[in-house]
Amino acid sequence: MAQQEYDVIVIGGGITGAGVARDCSMRGLKTLLLERQNLADGATGRNHGMLHSGARYAVTDAESAEECIKENMILRRIAHHCVEEHDGLFISLPEDDLNYQQKFVESCRKAGIRADILDPEEAKRLEPAVNPAIVGAVRVPDGSVDPFRLTLSNVADAINRGADVLKFHEVIGLIIVNGRVLGVKARNNLTGEVKEIRARITVNAAGIWGCLIAKMAGININMFPAKGSLLVFGHRVNNMLINRCRKPANADILVPGDAICVIGTTSDRVPIESVDDMRVTPEEVNILLTEGAKLAPALATTRILRAYAGVRPLVASDDDPTGRSISRGIVCLDHEERDGMAGMITITGGKLMTYRLMAEIATDKVCEKLGVEAICETASTPLPGSESEAPVAKDGPYMYLFNVESGRHGCRQPHIERDSDGDRALVCECEEVSVGEVKYAVEHQGVNNLIQLRQCTRVGMGTCQGGLCAMRAACLIGKLKGNICEAQKDLHKFLQERWKGMMPVGWGQTLSEAQMSAEIFQGLCGLKDKNFN
Amino acid sequence: MGDELQLSNISTNELEQCLKCTICTAYCPVAAVTPFYPGPKHAGPDGERYRIKDAKYFDEKALKMCLNCKRCEVACPEGVKIGDIIQAARIKYSTHRPSLRDWTMGNTDLVGSIATRVAPIVNMSLKLKPAKAVMDMMIGLDKTKTMPSYSSQRFETWFKKHALPQQSKYTKKVSYFHGCYVNYNFPKLGQDFVKLMNAIGYGVSLLDKEKCCGVALIANGMSSQAKRQGEVNIKSMTESVSKGMPVLTTSSTCTFTMREEYPHLLQINNDKVKDSLSLATRFIYQLVESGKVNLVFRKDYKKRIAYHSACHMERLGWIIYSTSLLKMIPGVDFVMLDSMCCGQAGTYAFKKENHDVASAIGSPLFKLIEEVHPDLVATDCETCKWQIEMSTSAPVENPISILADALDVEATKALNS
Repeated sequence: MAQQEYDVIVIGGGITGAGVARDCSMRGLKTLLLERQNLADGATGRNHGMLHSGARYAVTDAESAEECIKENMILRRIAHHCVEEHDGLFISLPEDDLNYQQKFVESCRKAGIRADILDPEEAKRLEPAVNPAIVGAVRVPDGSVDPFRLTLSNVADAINRGADVLKFHEVIGLIIVNGRVLGVKARNNLTGEVKEIRARITVNAAGIWGCLIAKMAGININMFPAKGSLLVFGHRVNNMLINRCRKPANADILVPGDAICVIGTTSDRVPIESVDDMRVTPEEVNILLTEGAKLAPALATTRILRAYAGVRPLVASDDDPTGRSISRGIVCLDHEERDGMAGMITITGGKLMTYRLMAEIATDKVCEKLGVEAICETASTPLPGSESEAPVAKDGPYMYLFNVESGRHGCRQPHIERDSDGDRALVCECEEVSVGEVKYAVEHQGVNNLIQLRQCTRVGMGTCQGGLCAMRAACLIGKLKGNICEAQKDLHKFLQERWKGMMPVGWGQTLSEAQMSAEIFQGLCGLKDKNFN
Repeated sequence: MGDELQLSNISTNELEQCLKCTICTAYCPVAAVTPFYPGPKHAGPDGERYRIKDAKYFDEKALKMCLNCKRCEVACPEGVKIGDIIQAARIKYSTHRPSLRDWTMGNTDLVGSIATRVAPIVNMSLKLKPAKAVMDMMIGLDKTKTMPSYSSQRFETWFKKHALPQQSKYTKKVSYFHGCYVNYNFPKLGQDFVKLMNAIGYGVSLLDKEKCCGVALIANGMSSQAKRQGEVNIKSMTESVSKGMPVLTTSSTCTFTMREEYPHLLQINNDKVKDSLSLATRFIYQLVESGKVNLVFRKDYKKRIAYHSACHMERLGWIIYSTSLLKMIPGVDFVMLDSMCCGQAGTYAFKKENHDVASAIGSPLFKLIEEVHPDLVATDCETCKWQIEMSTSAPVENPISILADALDVEATKALNS
C-alpha cells in the first residue's frame, strides 16, 4: 500500500466537494479530491439546473432565500459561462390564492430579492408559453446554471492551484488512530487497487452518501434521502423560468436550460439502500406532466427526451431526535466538537445554489483546525472560462458552432482548434460538438470517457440521445487515448445510461428514437450485451 | 387529465418528429458539394432548437445556401417540414434588408412589366459581356449566366387580343394562373396551354387579379410583400373556384408555393382553393384517365425526349402526371433522367456567391443529358429550363408545349366537342 500526505482530503466530487477543493487550494492547502465515480454523478447532476434567486424560499425559509440571492449574484460574476440570466416568473393560476402573491413579494423584498408584480397580459407577452389562464405574475431574477460545467470549472481551478483529483476512487474506510481521523482507505474502482491516503483533515462532502462515510467513523448523521424526479423536453418551450406562486409543491418549476427545458420535481422519501439506482416511476411521470402542463400547456404535446431522478441529502436537526424537523439550510458538522472524533468535518444540506458558501464555511473550519490564516477569495475570483467575456461571432462560416462553443467554454473557447475542416466537423449535431471540442476536452479537460465528455460538451444530451453521436465520440476518444477496446466498453455503458433515461418516457417519437438507436448499435454495428458483461 | 397528455407531439413544421436519421442530408444537393452548408437536418431541426433559445444562433450565411428544393422533405420518413423550418427561420430572424440585386430579382412582376416595354434593349444588354461584367461587379449577378430574355408582348396582352373572344363558346371553363415567366418572358407556353385546353373542349379565362406567386420574394428576403401578393392571388382564385372554375398553372414552382408554402411560411389560408389549384398536366391526365377526354397525336411527331424531375415536382409528387402524358405520344422515345437538382433554384444560381455551388450541383445532370443526347428535355419548371439550356446543348420545353406541338388538334377537337 502506497502512502501519500495531504493537508486536506475532500470526499465527494459533486459540486460541494469541488467547491471545497477549490477553496482549500486557493488558501494554499495541499488538497486531494476523491470521487468514487465520475464527477457530478450524484444530486449535482440530477436537478433542475436552476439559478435560484431565492424567491422560492422567501416565504418559508428566509435564511435560505438570503443566501440564494447573494450566491446568485456571485455566480453571475464568477461563473458567467455556466449561467443563463433569463429571469423567472412566479405565476398564480385561478385556483391559487392571490393573497399569497402579496406575502411572497414582501418576503422577497425583505430578503433582498427584486420582485416585480406584472400584469398577466405583460407576463404573457414576455413569456408566450405561460398558461394563458394566469391571474397574476411576479418577475424575479431566477436563471439557470449548468451544474456539470460549474463542477468541472471548480475542479479545473483546484487542479490549476495544485490540487490532486482522483476519479473512480471510492472511500472504503477511514484511518482512525486514537479518536482521530488520519486519512482514508480508497479503492480504485477501475483496477480494484486499494491505498491509504493520509491527510491532516478529511472533509466529508459526499452528499447523501455522507452518512455512510460518517458511519465509518462510528458517527451517526440523521439523513433522509428525498428522491426528486424530473423530465427533460426536446426543446425549449419557455425562455423564462416559470414557477407557481404558492407554497413549494410537486412539479412547479419549469427551467429553460441550454437547448432544452426541465420540469420538476417530485419529492419522496426513499430508503438509503436504494440511492445508487434511482428510477423514475410512471406515477411520477404522470404528476410531472399533469402539473407541468399547468405552468406551460405546450408541455402536454412536447416530446420528452428522458426522465431522471436525484436524491437530496436532507439532514435532520441535531436537536430533534425524531428527525421530523428537516433543515434545508447548510449543515457543517465539526465531528471533534460533536462526536469527539477529530480530523473530520462534514459539510452537507444546502443546495447547488449555495455550494460556494458551503465550501467557504467548510474551508473556514478546515483553516481554523489547521491554524491557517487565509481569507476566502472564491466570491471574487472568476472560474476558468469566466475570466473575461465570452467571444461572440456575428458572421462568418461556422458562426453557429463558434457561438455554441463559446456558450460552453466562455473565454476559453479560442483554445478549441477550428482551423481545419476535420476539426470543425461535428461529432454531435444536436448539441453542436465539433471534433476540435472533443479534442480539447480530452487533451485539456481530463476527459477519459463518454460520460465525462457529455458533462463537458453536452454530447449525447440532445434529441437523438447519443443514437447518432455516441459512436463517433467513442471512436474519437478511443483514437486519442489509443485504446479502442476500452472505448467500445465505454460506448456500451454510455448507451445503457442514455436508454435508462428514455425508458420511463418510452412512447411516441422517443420510442421511435430509442428503436432507431437500438437498430443502429445492436443491428448494424453488432454491439451486444454478452461482449461486455 | 393525465390520460390526455402526450397523445401526440405537436410543434411548428413537425420539428419534434425529427429522429435525426440524417437521410435528408444524404439527399441534399447543396450539402453534397460544399462543407459550408451544414445540411438540412442541421440547418433545420437541429439549428432550430438553438434558435428558439437565442437569435444569436441564427446563421444567415449558412441558411441562405439552402436552395429550398425540398428534396429533404421528400426524403424524410417522419414528415418533418425541414425546408419550411429553414425558410421560416430566414423570415423570422433575418435582419438584413434585401440588396438592390435581390430586390430586382425578387420583384419579378414589377421588373417584368418595365422590361417588356423595352424588351429589345434589355435583352441585348443582358447578353453583352461588358454589361454582365458590370452587373457582376456592381450588384453580384453571376457574369457567367445569361438572364432570361423578355418578350416584347406580354401574354396577357396577347390573350386579350387573340384568344379571349373565342373562349365564350366553351361551356366547361378553367382559370389560368400564367405566372411571371409566361407573362413577361415566354408567352408561347401560355399560348400552347390555351391551344391544348381549347382542343380538349375547355375555355380559358384569366384571374381577376394575378400577382407573382411570391416565391422569388420569399427567397430574396421580402416575405411581407409576398404575403400581400399571396392574399390577392388567393382572393382571385377563391372567386374563380366559387364559379366552378378550377385554377390551372404551367409552373410547378408557382403551384407548389401557392399550395404548400402560403399556409406554412406566409400564414395565408388557402383551404378554399387548394384542392382546385393544380398543374395543367395533372388536370389533363386525370381527365384522360377517367375517360372524359381523349387525346389524338400527330403521326409524324417523332422525338427523343428526356424528362427532368424538377425539385418542386418531386415534392408535390406529381411527376407521374407529366411523364404519363408524354408517354402517351406514340412518336416519343421517352427517357427518364435520374432525379437530380439542376442547381438553378429560381434566382439562386444567378447570384455570384452561389456560382460554384450551383454549377457543382448541376454538373452530374448536365453530363447525363449530354450522354442521353435527347432532341428535347422536358421539365415542368421554367428555372430548370434556363439552367439546362445554359449548361447543355439540349433545348428544353414544358410538357404542355410538347403536348400542344404533338397534338392532332382537329382530331382531338372532334373527339372532345
